[in-house]
Amino acid sequence: MQDFCALSCRAAARIFRKPGYYRDFAIQFDKLGFGSLFICFLTGLFTGMVMALQFIIQLKPFAATSYVGGMVAVTMIKELGPVLASLMVAGRVGSAITAELGTMMVTEQVDAMRVEGTDIIQRLVTPRLKAMLLAMPLLTILTDVVSLLGGYIIAAGYGINPTMYLSAFTQFIVPLDYLEGLVKPLVFGGLIAMTGCYVGLGTGGGAEGVGSAAKKAVVASSIMILMCDFFIAKIIVVFR
Amino acid sequence: MTTEERCIRMDKICYSIGGRTILTDFDLLLEQGVNRTILGVSGSGKTTILKLILGLLEPDSGSVSINGLTITGLKEAQYREQRKKIAIVFQGGALFDSMTVGENVGYRLFEEGRLAEREIEEIVREKLRFVGVEPALDLYPSELSGGMKKRVAIARALAADPDYIFFDEPTTGLDPIGVYNICNLMQRLQADGKTTLMVTHDLATAFATSQKFTFLHQKRLVFDGSESEMRACSIPEVREFLLPTEQSLFV
Ligand SMILES: Nc1ncnc2c1ncn2[C@@H]1O[C@H](COP(=O)(O)OP(=O)(O)OP(=O)(O)O)[C@@H](O)[C@H]1O
Ligand SMILES: [Mg+2]
Repeated sequence: MQDFCALSCRAAARIFRKPGYYRDFAIQFDKLGFGSLFICFLTGLFTGMVMALQFIIQLKPFAATSYVGGMVAVTMIKELGPVLASLMVAGRVGSAITAELGTMMVTEQVDAMRVEGTDIIQRLVTPRLKAMLLAMPLLTILTDVVSLLGGYIIAAGYGINPTMYLSAFTQFIVPLDYLEGLVKPLVFGGLIAMTGCYVGLGTGGGAEGVGSAAKKAVVASSIMILMCDFFIAKIIVVFR
Repeated sequence: MTTEERCIRMDKICYSIGGRTILTDFDLLLEQGVNRTILGVSGSGKTTILKLILGLLEPDSGSVSINGLTITGLKEAQYREQRKKIAIVFQGGALFDSMTVGENVGYRLFEEGRLAEREIEEIVREKLRFVGVEPALDLYPSELSGGMKKRVAIARALAADPDYIFFDEPTTGLDPIGVYNICNLMQRLQADGKTTLMVTHDLATAFATSQKFTFLHQKRLVFDGSESEMRACSIPEVREFLLPTEQSLFV
């Protein structure tokens, strides 16, 4: 844990340091960010749809189905959007980062880089961290937007018109909720990148080691996402 | 600069990992111009020695110095300059597989960023020509054969113009012609003024390319000397190692 924090701090300290390795950053952003668009789209769509469905069933006895838009928005933007998108990305990206760095470790490529005089944190860790810090909030916004559309598809089936669906948003959401919805993915993105890098760079023991490292990274980052989600929510409640 | 400072020295190195001792009280002196081979059976810690010298691993006790500067205990950034005098050809080549052969060879030059791209390409081509794989410039490491990978790794080591070059089992897994080529390359490098430190269990290559030999057995240095001293020595482990080359196994 101590080593993990040390690595994170050192990687973060290098975010603005030269050389910036923009090419590596661009490659990672493309691979980690753009590559995750589709799974986030699907996650948003189906979660939005199922939430709308459940809320409508719950609200119907109270003749309050017009609130469905607000309820979907508030759950998605504050909680499910960031958490689910991050969990999906953790599975995909966390394992990819770990496997890539782990392979570089066991084939001595990381050692070779160090011998060549490269700061491996700056070259290998920081570009991935930067890519995830930027990509995760964007992916979460996509997930949120798609889920609201998905929610509307279901709500429309129950005769709720767009104005009703949208007007409920303002009744439920305060500006702090948007902030919460963006801080969370920022933190989660950092967690996913750092866990992947930390576990990857600690890999030993050949191909088998790479496999078990990838598994470990996904489990660890998923658990940390859920734990941090609770603590961030708790902190934000204080400021309400 | 005195001659004393133109060498790499390991002093009473102890190293263990995961509770297992790999080396105890290991000494090594690599003087410039005196090529050395470290011999020992598989798993005896030969690669570990090279990594200790490069500072990739930290010894439990003892010290390593490069040209007079003790690097043990320093931060990586502090001896990076010193380490540039050394290049290593790793056991498996350790080519960066996300880069082409050309980018691999020019890696350090690109990183330093002092030269223009054209000049770097010129140097890269020259080094690849030296090892005889120039046509592979734009291929990726996954498209190369084992022997070619080793040559590209050597070219990468040369690009930095180091004083010392370490070879980690350069001939293992090559056919006789490949072995001959690598030996030949090493001899050309030595003629160029580079000092080589090789790790191997292949005696023929060792005798062809080195003047001094270090024999590692059971975590300890058991022999240090020249070829004739080694052939004359009576240490049982060394004799056992030499035996197969002196009398054919099949007689
Ligand atoms: N990360 C590690 N964790 C535990 N043990 C290790 C680790 N790395 C190396 N070892 C052990 O250290 C010993 C020396 O390893 P080293 O790679 O230096 O051997 P070697 O002499 O180069 O062998 P080979 O000729 O097969 O390359 C081996 O017995 C190995 O099991
Ligand atoms: Mg080895």
